[in-house]
Amino acid sequence: MLINVEKCMHCGACVGSCPQNAIFLNDIFLEFNELCNRCGRCVKACPVGALRLEAKR
Amino acid sequence: MKLKYDVVVVGAGPAGSMTARHAAKGGASVLMIEKKPEIGAPLRCAEGVSKEGLKKLGIMVDNSWISADVSGAKIVSPGGKVLQIDEKHAGNEVGVVLERHRFDKAMAAEAARAGAEIMLRTSAVDVIKKGGVVTGVKAKCFGEPLTIEADCVVCADGFESQVARWAGIDTSLKAGDITTCFQYRMVNIKHDPEFCEFVIGSMAPGGYVWIFPKGDDTANVGIGVLLNKLKKPGEVKSYLDRFIAKDDRLKCGQSVEAIAGGVSVCAPLDKCIGDGFLVVGDAARVIDPITGGGIVNGMITGMHAGKVIAKAVECKDFSEAALQEYETLWRDDLENKLWRNWMAKEKFLTLPDKTLDDVIETLNEVGVERVTVYNLLKAIKEKHPDLVKEFEEFL
Repeated sequence: MLINVEKCMHCGACVGSCPQNAIFLNDIFLEFNELCNRCGRCVKACPVGALRLEAKR
Repeated sequence: MKLKYDVVVVGAGPAGSMTARHAAKGGASVLMIEKKPEIGAPLRCAEGVSKEGLKKLGIMVDNSWISADVSGAKIVSPGGKVLQIDEKHAGNEVGVVLERHRFDKAMAAEAARAGAEIMLRTSAVDVIKKGGVVTGVKAKCFGEPLTIEADCVVCADGFESQVARWAGIDTSLKAGDITTCFQYRMVNIKHDPEFCEFVIGSMAPGGYVWIFPKGDDTANVGIGVLLNKLKKPGEVKSYLDRFIAKDDRLKCGQSVEAIAGGVSVCAPLDKCIGDGFLVVGDAARVIDPITGGGIVNGMITGMHAGKVIAKAVECKDFSEAALQEYETLWRDDLENKLWRNWMAKEKFLTLPDKTLDDVIETLNEVGVERVTVYNLLKAIKEKHPDLVKEFEEFL
């Protein structure tokens, strides 16, 4: 997951929307853990478009 | 470091503070932890609340934490038809727009006065379980690892709702039950400072635009859009910017604050308790699915939770069976209303702008005396029975 830190408002909309509970917001930064299955829900949930799915390597 | 309390409350929002307050008042040793360095900040809320709701919670309105006292609500249809509900004329107690920065601190202060301890900059990172029973949380306090053992863990971590999920209750939401929000605090605008305004229709798909007065020429101007109606990342902010640019009262203004957030608009959860833990507030998904309002509902769950926990401390029993009373009490207060409003939301998001115009117009003919979802739905039933037939039994 690519996080645009200049856009992110640390609001937690992605955290509560994540069906996997895979995101952790530590006040000023987001962490994605291994439970993330790249469903893309957080990308949509982010009110400011700060998240982007990385192209599969 | 290791700490031991009867109760640990994760999250110091209004629901957490209410739980902590009532549990401490009942004799429990309570620790409330808050991830952020300041309770009530940053804001994640439109701040509207009904006076009746606060009264029910035994909270006296204090001018130090409100920024506006309103006369009622205006509901504006896509075509500009306005339903104005002026309650002050009827002598009713209406609503207030809070100053959450102060309100949340005042509620936490009440918890502290009842005997609860508070730790800031302390985030839960996992729950501790022994043989399926939750026995505490693993946390970080100013970056240092901390173990908090507790007979009861209260999951009050808001929309993020991670603690309940770690504990074993699936609070995850469907895309159709999530509203994504963006809000400006606007100044130098020409809104009506006496009314909370709700603008519905396709300019805010599946949600609405709100203008909640904050005194003088200032208001919270925000938007909520249903997640499954969004097509592009970051679209919700563009929807609000577009609305403001088209509104003569707003486009002359400036923003002094911008905030974002998520809101659940789902049906009630099947379960909010387990062995050694319970879930309250936004984390328990008790936000009203029609209005998106969660303060009073959250505090009602907190009040019941705190009281039940105090009893559990006395009996030294924190099993799911002992906490069942909490489940019964909050459901008696809220469950039917949440189901009804969720069904209403599901119905209304299917309606085209033209129908919404018709509904608002006919509501004006019927007249609505009080600003409650129930009263609005009753009035709709009179003129458009087809729109409410799926949840008629709740009206």
